[in-house]
Amino acid sequence: MGEALPVERIDAVRQRAVAAALREFLPARSVLFEDEDTRPYECDGLTAYRRVPMVVALPENDEQVQRVLRTCSSMNVPVVPRGAGTGLSGGALPLADGVLLSMAKFMRVLRVDPKARIAIVQPGVRNAAISDLVSPFGLYYAPDPSSQIACSIGGNVAENSGGVHCLKYGLTVHNVMRVRGYTVAGEAVEFGSEALDAPGYDLLALAVGSEGMLVVITEVTVKLLPKPPLARVVMASFDDVEKASDAVAAVIAEGIVPAGLEMMDKQATGAVEQFVRAGYDLDAAAILLCEADGTTEEVEEEVARVKQVLSRAGATRMVVSRDEDERLKLWSGRKAAFPAVGRISPDYYCMDGTIPRHRLGEVLRFIGEMEKKYGLRCPNVFHAGDGNLHPLILFDANDPDELHRTEQFAAEVLEKCIEVGGTITGEHGVGVEKIDQMCVQFQPAELELFHAVKRAFDSRGLLNPGKAVPTLVRCAEFGRMRVHGGRLPFAELPRF
Amino acid sequence: MDAVLRGMAERVRLAAERAQPLRLRGGGTKDFYGNEVAGEPLDTRAFTGIVSYEPSELVVTARAGTPLVELEAALAANNQMLPFEPPHFGPGATLGGCVAAGLSGPRRASAGAVRDFVLGARLLDGRGRVLAFGGQVMKNVAGYDVSRLLAGSLGTLGVILEVSLKVLPRPAQEASLRLEAPEDKAIEWMNQWGGKPLPISATCYVNGELSVRLSGAPAAVRAAREKLGGEELPQPESFWLNLREQAHDAFTAGEPLWRLSLPCTTPPLRLPGAQVMEWGGALRWLATGAEPRAIRDAAQRAGGHATLFRARNKAAGAFTPLSPVAARLHRDLKAAFDPAGIFNRGRLYPGL
Repeated sequence: MGEALPVERIDAVRQRAVAAALREFLPARSVLFEDEDTRPYECDGLTAYRRVPMVVALPENDEQVQRVLRTCSSMNVPVVPRGAGTGLSGGALPLADGVLLSMAKFMRVLRVDPKARIAIVQPGVRNAAISDLVSPFGLYYAPDPSSQIACSIGGNVAENSGGVHCLKYGLTVHNVMRVRGYTVAGEAVEFGSEALDAPGYDLLALAVGSEGMLVVITEVTVKLLPKPPLARVVMASFDDVEKASDAVAAVIAEGIVPAGLEMMDKQATGAVEQFVRAGYDLDAAAILLCEADGTTEEVEEEVARVKQVLSRAGATRMVVSRDEDERLKLWSGRKAAFPAVGRISPDYYCMDGTIPRHRLGEVLRFIGEMEKKYGLRCPNVFHAGDGNLHPLILFDANDPDELHRTEQFAAEVLEKCIEVGGTITGEHGVGVEKIDQMCVQFQPAELELFHAVKRAFDSRGLLNPGKAVPTLVRCAEFGRMRVHGGRLPFAELPRF
Repeated sequence: MDAVLRGMAERVRLAAERAQPLRLRGGGTKDFYGNEVAGEPLDTRAFTGIVSYEPSELVVTARAGTPLVELEAALAANNQMLPFEPPHFGPGATLGGCVAAGLSGPRRASAGAVRDFVLGARLLDGRGRVLAFGGQVMKNVAGYDVSRLLAGSLGTLGVILEVSLKVLPRPAQEASLRLEAPEDKAIEWMNQWGGKPLPISATCYVNGELSVRLSGAPAAVRAAREKLGGEELPQPESFWLNLREQAHDAFTAGEPLWRLSLPCTTPPLRLPGAQVMEWGGALRWLATGAEPRAIRDAAQRAGGHATLFRARNKAAGAFTPLSPVAARLHRDLKAAFDPAGIFNRGRLYPGL
């Protein structure tokens, strides 16, 4: 199993041949290969990695997608699917010898069935557009990643995106009923159904979060939920981060499952407040945002219980939103946390580890030590309810040493997440960004199984190759695992 | 390493060497489910016990042989529960069997299915290797979601050793009511209610009566109870338990029992036999001697599928056949996990 390094140079002859083959059935506007046209596709939301694709294909219907895939398969050209390009792990990083398959033209809503509470949409439809569209029926689509005004549902499926309401309403995998699409060979597939299950293996669960490595999706059926008539958010201040963290555990232990439960530390609220004026307590070491939703009666009851628990847990100050404007204002800071941090630093690097909640204090202390060790600041925003941590390392990419220190800092934090029983990525995906840390999180036999799963869908490794799952050779080079002479150590049941 | 696990791993390795099929089995309470399977039994019950349970993390990890009753009692002691309300079908039901069968109970339509709560799993693959996927945290997108894939795989991919599940607090209050209605009206109501913010946690329509369970904050349950009207459901706890365990008369008519999983708005089926409807219209149990073909066609026309759930004769195949592409994906996935094809061969589909 050799490691084929990605080609960095576009072969002009090959480029012309592939573009011509695609032009057989795609209009000129849908096949891009001039540098000025393909350059906008050189990266996704992870801008540290860039590569101009050989050719960009922008199909407009299923038949064209199928033909793009068949053509690429027959010419042995790798294909990288791309949604809105907001992904944060480089999952849509192009290949210089590959076709970038943009699903941007798949913008249609195919069917909304308010009675059955489902919407069938094409993958290019934006996340927030679905909720806007079905709002007249009193319904909404629950997962709300903070990029929801820009990110597309196809990308959400590829990454199994979360958001701030996951603890109560789940991730993308819990809110998608069916996907239709094609294997890289151009075979039509359908996983899931409009019923609550489908016969055979749960291939829907496998496809969701597969980072565009198994199938190209052209249609998504999402579940819609009744919009809660009321939501109120409690903002609580704490003079100590660990007290705030214990307060989160206390809320859950009380049998409350809040609609949202978020934490921001002092560095994060400071950055945000300059940018959006959400009204955060800037004296607090950390603030919690805890949202209750439901009927008026339910919300009143839950808010009262939450306040009681938080006050017992040592909250120094509490503010409860009085109306929808105030609620949205309190959330605006959290949702704008990334761009706000982008304003106070030339660059920032967003991490995405998930940890068991009770280890939060330890992990935050560790991050504090890393700030000193690498001489870089790191505000923290945290989906506290589900243990998903987003430390944001501030750096200047023009300073090569800062970039290098940032990468080391991030790698140490991700490995700490694994050490405390967590994971290197909660919702942003592995992509190209965290591929080396996969060698730490998984054993060779597990990685080998992932490759076997991929081969079941894509026997020649043409769909988004080189992402999400490292080869064992790469891991050996990374130096975390010992692979002798390219052979797997026979796994003598290493763990338990 | 645990001696029990070592023994199981050794047996798997030997079986793989000799291409000797194994029949994975916990309490045997779901032996009836799926197609008949040959092979030497491999009993998972000795690999038992709760490995970790931290109520404030809403996560429990237990070994496959752990009896469901034991697991549920531990959760109940902390006022928590398995949200998908799994059927036991007998006192010996184990966690491993519950996940392998992938069957969920009355709360499924509102809370989610087994697969929705699986966070991680350890598995003995067809080479006798212990592999771990997912973890003990709510959000985890590192690697393909193999642990959810195991839910409902009927033991054909490997020996499920250990599972981590998300759990939830028990509802503060429950109330159940009953309304009389013709079938089409009942389906219409359930779908209307489904689009409203009502704390409905289970529905059941049988013999012209629609039963509804409300779960949640006392204020919400009270308000919904008034809004929906109807009569108090007598002995609600045993009613919902009997539904989950299929102890209701309609399930025991003696005819083959079919499980039809359908879009929730599917109009009344024109098929003979006794019917029990659940999940807001999305699950319809039919005890009928009707032609398997007619039943499968009706389910597929509606956009769903039909499983021959309990029957003496399963010649028609327990599960709806797959499309050629899906069948190939199934075969290739099976080969990835179990190259010698030793685990529960044929239980899901012939040859798989």
